[in-house]
Amino acid sequence: MAAGNKTMGATSIKGFITSRKVFPYIFILPFVLSFLIFFLYPIISTIEMSMQSIKGFDSIEFIGLKNYKNLFNRQFFNALSVTARYTFWTILILIPIPLVLANILNSHLTKGGNIFKSALFMPALTSVVMAGLFFKFAFAEQPTALINSIIVSLGGEPFRFLYTKTGAMLVLVLFCTWKWMGVNLIYYMSALKSIPAEIYESADIDGANSIQKFLKITVPSVRPTIIYVLTISVYGGFSMFAESFTLFNGARSPGDIGTTLVGYIYNQGINQNNFGLASAAGLVLLGLVLLINVIQLFLTGSFRKEA
Amino acid sequence: MAIQSKTKNNFTTASIIIFFSVVSLIALMPFVFLTLSSFKPGVEMIRNGLSLQLDFENFSLTNYGYLLTDRDGVYMHWYKNSIIITALQTGGGLLLSSMVGYALALYRFKGRNLTFLLVLVVMMVPIEILLLPLYKLSITLKIINTYRGAFLPFLVSMTGIFFFRQYAIGLPKELMEAGRIDGCTEFGIFFKIMMPLMKPAYGAMTILLAMASWNSFVWPLIVMRDTAMQTLPVGLQTMLTPYGNNYNMLMSGAVVAVLPIMLVFLFNQKSFIAGMTAGSVKG
Repeated sequence: MAAGNKTMGATSIKGFITSRKVFPYIFILPFVLSFLIFFLYPIISTIEMSMQSIKGFDSIEFIGLKNYKNLFNRQFFNALSVTARYTFWTILILIPIPLVLANILNSHLTKGGNIFKSALFMPALTSVVMAGLFFKFAFAEQPTALINSIIVSLGGEPFRFLYTKTGAMLVLVLFCTWKWMGVNLIYYMSALKSIPAEIYESADIDGANSIQKFLKITVPSVRPTIIYVLTISVYGGFSMFAESFTLFNGARSPGDIGTTLVGYIYNQGINQNNFGLASAAGLVLLGLVLLINVIQLFLTGSFRKEA
Repeated sequence: MAIQSKTKNNFTTASIIIFFSVVSLIALMPFVFLTLSSFKPGVEMIRNGLSLQLDFENFSLTNYGYLLTDRDGVYMHWYKNSIIITALQTGGGLLLSSMVGYALALYRFKGRNLTFLLVLVVMMVPIEILLLPLYKLSITLKIINTYRGAFLPFLVSMTGIFFFRQYAIGLPKELMEAGRIDGCTEFGIFFKIMMPLMKPAYGAMTILLAMASWNSFVWPLIVMRDTAMQTLPVGLQTMLTPYGNNYNMLMSGAVVAVLPIMLVFLFNQKSFIAGMTAGSVKG
């Protein structure tokens, strides 16, 4: 920008473009363009649409905050509840369990651990749709389907997993656990490597047992990683959509037992062309994610600079 | 005493190995069952779900043949689309994100901190809330049902910028000065000197971006309305309706879509793991 003026007079246009002052602006141009066209404009357009009643492309009417008021409906609150419960359970499982597993692998299996690491990591490579096929058909309602056949052989009754509120949540949470356990395990393992062995040795001399060592040394040392995993889990939980879309073969589910917030936005926006209401729902979702992350960073006392 | 504690240690190690073997088997179970059921007639899936009964006599490769012939070879179209989109998105994303990350790391200019802050802001916002305005924008730009529509909005990767910036900070700045003395332009310094030095970063990001693109579902679902333009995940998802012989192709199609990734992974495990976890903050 203005910084390039001095060079401008002295050298040719080519020299100007390749000068040290101008060069970085050319290099960040892809980001600037992408930000303006595919981020800022859509955000502004969402805010605008959230205050409009849009029926087709020609009849647009400003209706103020009415869309937000219309969000107070059962479907929206149901989607909110599904999303919140899903996020809660996935965090409850995927924060502590991989840490315990990583700790065991790290302290007991220094050599053979890599095979297990790789095996647990493989689910993360699979697309949600492909993996969803397994979960959909393994948890199918027929008594012959994988999980039901195990339940039946143990003397139980076949369960209609994908038709009940609890069953649907169970399958969704298991799906998430299966997919992300290995990734979180690897995050924790690389964090554990940076803890100096001497700390554990001196704890041994003081007579600390493994549980004490875990709680007093391991957990505080990997706190930044825990916070990172927590942040991406909140993000992932609240924006979950593809899993539910595959399991229920669409953005709707029987009795909306598995319809998430993004599913609600998709239904209202893409399926029913109700862009105003869907935009309002999207902004509420954005607000929630930011709010939860701010609260979470505040509670964990870490308004650290990530750079 | 010493011997006793050694036996105890061996016992602990053995039980840990058994425990992790079981957990690993559970993690791999979906791959095994998907592969096994790809050899069974699709009707089986509708009738029985994914069942444990393995009737090896009825196993056949016909489901794999359907991938080539069924519905005028639509599956092959999806495969081609996925390959083209993944290649363009990964290649373009690598170049553009590394340029931005490099400039942010090694040059001082007005607006640098603001730019980096905006990168972090975009990273914090779930793309899902932008789906509708992006959909409308894509209609205006006439990029619905086109390859560029499938990747353009997400071509510049924020994770990529972040990662390349972190990596470039550690590059030797003296080499830039040396390049300038030798008469290199700033572009020459980037393309001839610094780019080769960032090879490991390009490796990790290739894996991350290619995986994300190959597996991406929500945006291609919205932007690719024509069956022939769909990508593998979207196309396979549409086959979940149990009409015709959709289900014959479903499982074999999923196996063939996942297989290349698994094979590449088995030979490059370290770089895969580094690439997929590159989003976490290092240093």
